Amino acid sequence: MILRARSVGLILLVWLALVALLLSVAFGAANLPISTVLDVVLGGGEPTERTIVLELRMPRAVLGLVSGGSLAVSGAVFQALLRNPLAEPYVLGISGGAAVGAVAVIVLGVATGLVPVGALLGALVAIGLVLRIATQTGRGLDTRVLLLAGVIASAFFQAIILVLLTLADVESFRSAVFWMMGSLASATWTDATMLGLYVAPSIVVLLALARPLNLLATGEETAQHLGLNVQRTKLVAFLVASLLVAASVAVCGVIGFIGLVIPHAIRMIWGVDHRFLLPASFIGGGAFLLLADTGARTVAAPAELPIGVITALIGVPIFVVLLRRRIA
Amino acid sequence: MSPVFAAAALHYRYPGSQAAAVNDVTLKIESGSFTALIGPNGSGKSTLLKLLVGALRPESGTASYQGRDSVSWDRRELARAVGVVPQLEEMLFPFTVRELVGMGRYPHLGSWQNEREQDRAAIDRALQRCDVSSLADRTLQMLSGGERQRVRIARALAQEPTVLVLDEPTAALDVGHEMALFELLAELRRHDGATILAATHNVNLAARYASSMVLLSEGSAVVSGTPDEVLQRDRIEEVYQWPVLVTRHPGPGPDTGAPQIVTLAGDGTTPT
Repeated sequence: MILRARSVGLILLVWLALVALLLSVAFGAANLPISTVLDVVLGGGEPTERTIVLELRMPRAVLGLVSGGSLAVSGAVFQALLRNPLAEPYVLGISGGAAVGAVAVIVLGVATGLVPVGALLGALVAIGLVLRIATQTGRGLDTRVLLLAGVIASAFFQAIILVLLTLADVESFRSAVFWMMGSLASATWTDATMLGLYVAPSIVVLLALARPLNLLATGEETAQHLGLNVQRTKLVAFLVASLLVAASVAVCGVIGFIGLVIPHAIRMIWGVDHRFLLPASFIGGGAFLLLADTGARTVAAPAELPIGVITALIGVPIFVVLLRRRIA
Repeated sequence: MSPVFAAAALHYRYPGSQAAAVNDVTLKIESGSFTALIGPNGSGKSTLLKLLVGALRPESGTASYQGRDSVSWDRRELARAVGVVPQLEEMLFPFTVRELVGMGRYPHLGSWQNEREQDRAAIDRALQRCDVSSLADRTLQMLSGGERQRVRIARALAQEPTVLVLDEPTAALDVGHEMALFELLAELRRHDGATILAATHNVNLAARYASSMVLLSEGSAVVSGTPDEVLQRDRIEEVYQWPVLVTRHPGPGPDTGAPQIVTLAGDGTTPT
């Protein structure tokens, strides 16, 4: 089947991402024809159209693309690293730590602009914590302990979040809950550029780890016999993937499902080789988040649905179809 | 010429364990030899192999490859010369056979380097030698236990090693594939000059194909030497705790006359 060829797959995914980008910029409170969008991109269009496309929607779309891609790639990396197909970007408590930071900033009434900073700090604390728990002197990083440490840390952070929410007034309670549901609504070019500058080198590092991750999936012992420096690979993969998640969470909040489903969907269609899986997950994850965000903005307009609702509502049926086809 | 592997007063105990898994082992694996490591379950065969290839750090004593401490080797450099087929392997994702065997090229390739013509040739050769070329596009989950084992050996061969270390390579294989594997190992040694080191429970096949044997018991090397020197009735009975006879392979074939162990039936009481 020609669709299964990986070169064809990559082209398809890039097209999907471009279409998602166009739709995302065209649809919203005021729908613009695709031709107008293309006009603006090429330097034409009315001033209002230019503002809507270039200042409001484009940064949001770019942010969605980069963030969705980061989540999908880190999900794929965590699944291989933790040897667990149920692993996803938030399984190690990074989202929990970020949420504690963000909610604390909101509830304590510090400047709203500091919410991403609080989230990033919280995520970094979480990363340091689980790394500390799972690292033994002389024996390195134990990924089985890492998974458990993540689950435990998540539970701990949840408890702190509940305490903070209990103490919050109605207005901060509402913003805190909305933050935790994830959103691209506040996107600016600064957000998009900063995340992009941060994500690009991280993705390059992870792409360089594609073959090592293949080896790691055969087990640590075999990987070592095939010439892999297992400890260094695990540590670098964990840190880079975690920092990707931390950055994405800090800017967009917690957007579930992408990191779990996109890598699995790619594997089911095009196989499990990380040399294809990682770039394909990035493009696919980005396109998927963009489509979900476009849906979230338009189906109940002018209200905006939480983006996680859409990722789950679209993602689950697609995933079920793929699963059923795989079994058959 | 220095031996391929050497152990000197080698000692290893697993963390939290009382008894030593490998206890004061001293041995040499000569270049171009086919050495079979035999001994009962839990006698330390796997642990000794892991120590020799630097996957475990000795508690005391030394394990070396080419005269240098095995743990101090750069893993990539070591993997270009030493192929290891471990006993157990849990595959996380359904890789295809070709992808898996291709992983054997990892130590020969840079991070961003694609497989070259010579890499693809090495993979094809390895697939052919292990008789799994026809399975190249299948995923591991679709294969039988024996086919999986041959794929793993093919992956080690794709490394183009001069030394092949195998831990119970024929445990999952039927008689025909078991013979084919030992023939392959013998041919790798004869034709390519490879050094073979294999832990095995099949004492009789080891005695027919190996040039030397090491008998382990409770972590110690009881005896090493030619199959004739190692397969002595009283020694085998003591180590395996079972009555045996030592006979000769009746032939025909190049290994006619090789020592063979025949186990005797129990008489319904616990053997001494």
